[in-house]
Amino acid sequence: MSSEWPLWEIFIRGQHGLNHRHVGSLHAPDAEMAIRNARDVYTRRNEGVSIWVVPSNSITASSPSEKGPLFEPSNSKVYRHPTFFDIPEEVGHM
Amino acid sequence: MYAQLVKSEGAKPREEMTAEEIAFQDRIDRGEKIEPKEWMPDGYRKTLIRQIGQHAHSEIVGQLPEGNWITRAPTLERKAILLAKVQDEAGHGLYLYSAAETLGVSRDELLEKLHSGNMKYSSIFNYPTLNWADIGAVGWLVDGAAIMNQVPLQRTSYGPYSRAMIRICKEESFHQRQGYDIMMKMASGTPEQKAMAQDALNRFWYPALMMFGPSDKDSVHSVQSMAWKIKINTNDELRQKFVDQTVPQAKYLGLSIPDENLAWNEEKGGWDFSEPDWSEFFAVIAGNGPCNEERLGARVKAWEDGAWFRDGLMAHAEKAESRRRASRMAAE
Ligand SMILES: [Fe+2]
Ligand SMILES: [Fe+2]
Repeated sequence: MSSEWPLWEIFIRGQHGLNHRHVGSLHAPDAEMAIRNARDVYTRRNEGVSIWVVPSNSITASSPSEKGPLFEPSNSKVYRHPTFFDIPEEVGHM
Repeated sequence: MYAQLVKSEGAKPREEMTAEEIAFQDRIDRGEKIEPKEWMPDGYRKTLIRQIGQHAHSEIVGQLPEGNWITRAPTLERKAILLAKVQDEAGHGLYLYSAAETLGVSRDELLEKLHSGNMKYSSIFNYPTLNWADIGAVGWLVDGAAIMNQVPLQRTSYGPYSRAMIRICKEESFHQRQGYDIMMKMASGTPEQKAMAQDALNRFWYPALMMFGPSDKDSVHSVQSMAWKIKINTNDELRQKFVDQTVPQAKYLGLSIPDENLAWNEEKGGWDFSEPDWSEFFAVIAGNGPCNEERLGARVKAWEDGAWFRDGLMAHAEKAESRRRASRMAAE
């Protein structure tokens, strides 16, 4: 009879104006309970000021096997990094 | 330790590995983390499910011997502290079950295997907590041994497991300290209290040593697990470290370790000590410890008695969702 409660991914914003960050997952019957449970499971020591919960099956992830082709375009563009350019010392801080 | 006898699968010499397996091993050797959806050998996945599951079960069953004393803690403050400690262990179990779930097993499946006796939990939780000093000894020795094992596991190769261990380690040191604090109080109390503290140490010493699992020469699964970095140190290495750390702590309490053979060994820079009785260890693991039946019975009862509650909340959630859907359709 019993069906397992759905799985939720939990995101928490830490104290100092940071982004919400994924901290783990948990089971709960609905979003409201997921937030309550997340408070008990993931913020027992003041780890956060805000909680997001997202049904795990709503997340679409990039495929690890396509990691190469997916990120290649940025790998090959070294000039996007400031260290690509040599600026003479006399110019000062830039 | 919380996972003492994890059977590992698929040990293979490099010459017999497929190209995929070699690439995988190389990633681990480079210190890369393996993440859930990435390719991994079947043996790695299965061994991890077993190890993380056993670890999670230990956290959950481990609440029972301490929960036993929550209502009888000597002061309100001790009661609140113990309650917080036991609640942390529930959290540890949940972090670990979610880590295991990323490997494609459900939490209910893992619980079913625990309840049917097909998966183990640490042998230590099959010993009784007879008096308040035992709660001190458990925090000091059992959480102390757990920390010894969990700190290196923060570097384990599987990402979700490593992250769960990092969270857990942040919380463990409170556990050990509150236990040692109880021991300090008892050991500096009346002669009767000190005798209780000594008695607790006497009973928990060898079971705590067993937590690290069998001696290396009998630990057949270590090699593959170490190659995969799901085990970082050998059982004997960790046991030695634990003894070396604990001996001076016992001395500070004015308590004596129940081992006639305990002696400082200048050459190895550590203590020589007696091995626990391994036949007792294997008997406890096989289900014949002093509290196996009681512990598993309590777990199964909690699961069965909670079924109406789980079902009720699920039914409520489904009803609320269909009401929302109906009102959305009416509005369109
Ligand atoms: Fe724990
Ligand atoms: Fe603990």
